[in-house]
Amino acid sequence: MTQAMSAFFEALRQKFGAQIQSISTDREDEVYLLVGDSDIRALAEYLRSEFDARLVTVFAEDRRSAESVFFNYYVFERKGDTRYLIVRAPVHADHPEFPSLSAGLPAVNWQEREIQDWFGLKAVGHPNPRRVAMHDNWPDVHPLRKDFPLGTVLPPFEGERHIYRPALGEGVFQVPVGPVHAGTIEPGHFNFAVAGEPILYLQLRMFYTHKGTEKLFEKLPIQKAVFLAESISGDSSFSHGTAFCQAIERAAQMEVPLRALIMRTILLELERICNHVADIGAIANDVGFVVANAHASRLKEMLVSLNEQLTGNRLLRGMVCVGGVRRGWDAVQLVALRAAIEVFASEFQDLVALIDSSESTRDRLEQTGVLRPEKAKDLGIVGVVGRASGVDLDVRRDHPYAAYGRYSFRVPVYQVGDVTHRMQVRGDEVRESLGIIRGAADESLHGDFRAQVPPIPADRCALSAVEGWRGEIIHWIRTGPDNHLERCKIKDPSLNNWPALVEAVQGNIIADFPVINKSFNLSYSGTDR
Amino acid sequence: MFKIIQKTIATGIVTTKYPGEPAQISEQFRGRPSFDFEKWKDARPATEVCPTGAISVCDEGGSRRVTVDYGLCVFCGLCAEASADQAVRITQEFELASADRRNLVLTAEYSLNTDRTHRELRAVHQRLGDLEEDVESVGQKARKNIQKLLKRSLAIRQVDAGSCNGCELEIVALNNPVYDLERFGIQFVASPRHADMLLVTGPVTRNMELALLKTYQAMPEPKVVVAVGACGISGGIFGKNYASLGGVDNVVPVDVYIPGCPPRPQALLHGILLAVGRLGERLYDDRRG
Repeated sequence: MTQAMSAFFEALRQKFGAQIQSISTDREDEVYLLVGDSDIRALAEYLRSEFDARLVTVFAEDRRSAESVFFNYYVFERKGDTRYLIVRAPVHADHPEFPSLSAGLPAVNWQEREIQDWFGLKAVGHPNPRRVAMHDNWPDVHPLRKDFPLGTVLPPFEGERHIYRPALGEGVFQVPVGPVHAGTIEPGHFNFAVAGEPILYLQLRMFYTHKGTEKLFEKLPIQKAVFLAESISGDSSFSHGTAFCQAIERAAQMEVPLRALIMRTILLELERICNHVADIGAIANDVGFVVANAHASRLKEMLVSLNEQLTGNRLLRGMVCVGGVRRGWDAVQLVALRAAIEVFASEFQDLVALIDSSESTRDRLEQTGVLRPEKAKDLGIVGVVGRASGVDLDVRRDHPYAAYGRYSFRVPVYQVGDVTHRMQVRGDEVRESLGIIRGAADESLHGDFRAQVPPIPADRCALSAVEGWRGEIIHWIRTGPDNHLERCKIKDPSLNNWPALVEAVQGNIIADFPVINKSFNLSYSGTDR
Repeated sequence: MFKIIQKTIATGIVTTKYPGEPAQISEQFRGRPSFDFEKWKDARPATEVCPTGAISVCDEGGSRRVTVDYGLCVFCGLCAEASADQAVRITQEFELASADRRNLVLTAEYSLNTDRTHRELRAVHQRLGDLEEDVESVGQKARKNIQKLLKRSLAIRQVDAGSCNGCELEIVALNNPVYDLERFGIQFVASPRHADMLLVTGPVTRNMELALLKTYQAMPEPKVVVAVGACGISGGIFGKNYASLGGVDNVVPVDVYIPGCPPRPQALLHGILLAVGRLGERLYDDRRG
């Protein structure tokens, strides 16, 4: 431990010595802080005010059979520190409550309510303690408790799914939309309160695609669970797959061959480019610039074909595995990669120029759907949306993984927070990604691409983070016996970012909602799991 | 404006000729795993690695029944890697859509040696009727049907009943200039009331059950339902659990099943064209009363 690091822990010990029971590190960049009770409000406030620490995610675990309590986990990170600080706080089974942090930290509003719904632990003092992850018509069950079997057949649902807050006033209407939408998109319900055209207030009802994913992870052997990880959010198959495999590799304390790390880096960036270029086209499409979308979707198709040539699957599925990647690339594949990247790079310039040359497109996007930097920070917004609103976060730079430490790249950050800048961030990132891929493809890709996986010991915890194309993906696991998991927590960046959409649409006309929503392009499945 | 036209001309026509001509796909593509049942000495290694249970064995005394379900398969290729005897081979076949769920299932019966490897192949049951239907003729028939029955247009309403959004990506790709679904007179519509076909991705979650049912009921007759992907067909890797009802046909009747994880755009096209034929049958039945 370096001096600066130990000074940080010294300060914590001095201030919270009575509460902190132990500080442990299985791996250098992952520090666990066990505290004596469930009230971590003072500690969280201290970390935030003194160290500008960000609360990355909050989740729970049912440890009643092994340790006779539940645990809440609070993951923090600080600028300039590659470690994650994980506070582990017990919640007693006979008194299943914990003090809520949401009033001061709106970023964890939904995540604390998930703990309420899934574990039956009450977040005391939560400003809006209604259900979030389970709809109101669900019976009173807590699926992530260990005594709830995965295959439970729930009785038919009864009553209202969700009671929306009424919006009252002269000329105020409420417009319900979804869960089945007009286009080919995922299901969710939006309730707009409008006065004339402008949106006064948007209420979201998500979790329509909740399919028991976290619970299912506890059932599958680890090697099969990789495929479940790839199905958390189809457009981020490789990112989620990699995040999961990394977590297992960290728990097993194994080394992954450099060649595999470089290949993962290339594929992670390909996934980013694929989605960014499609989003740029779709944003243009939503304001009527159909030709731009035609070119963008053609470019995406080009990359998706390249994906298939490199991995056998258009969504990059079935490539990543625990210990590395499943196949190496031959010379033909590498030539195809380099060639496709150069063709794409030049075509992408044309696409951007085409959109830039359209004044009417620019006019529709500028100052549309603004998310102010202070709001973004309060709400804990991450990824593309965050970087367009001044939130300077990128896991690739802040907590390097795969082979990102070997390449230099810029992280674009803007303060304006409108649709234009969310598009700008994507454009900038595409160019940076191309640079990373060029650098990585020039390395000598020889040697092993897959390490032998040692037997994975039970009861190991590991946190893994990946900067998916949307933003920060977190997987946290506890291993169990016989190559199974006791717990797998998934946090998709969409979960952080939905509340920001509510902010960004306010005052905009309802006809601009599609383009604002598209500029966020959040994953429903990643949120709902 | 000039720039737009210039770029369009410079780009030229990018639309694929499929299904008029065979699909141009990478030799790396993992399609249908094919099984040389004669040669297969042991099915157990493949069963052990299959993430969704698409390959399963049932041993009874000295005999074994092996079941392969393409409706569960996610085309990962692990079965081929695990089978040392090379009896399992990954092919490039992707036109797997079928009107009959049973057509997606193969079974083989073996007698066993004492070490539980296969001694002798006794029987193979497969009804790959639709699988072998020539895609070109499917395309031609569909075109005729669309022209005759639907006055040159088929309207599709898509519903995501709980998918991971992978299938949605490929469905959206059908509208890109490369696959250009509209060249068949097929279009996606915003309302089920305008639709002839319901294209559903799954698994159907408890929370989407009602929405799916209502969407189906809102469609005018005659209508067809197409279940997309392993999850839409069978629940896929999610299966059935407290939050998932499994395949689409547990909630609404399904006319055509399209395997894949996700099915590539050509596979979707093949399945949709197959379903158009079914729509013709429906209309005919309705008229007969």
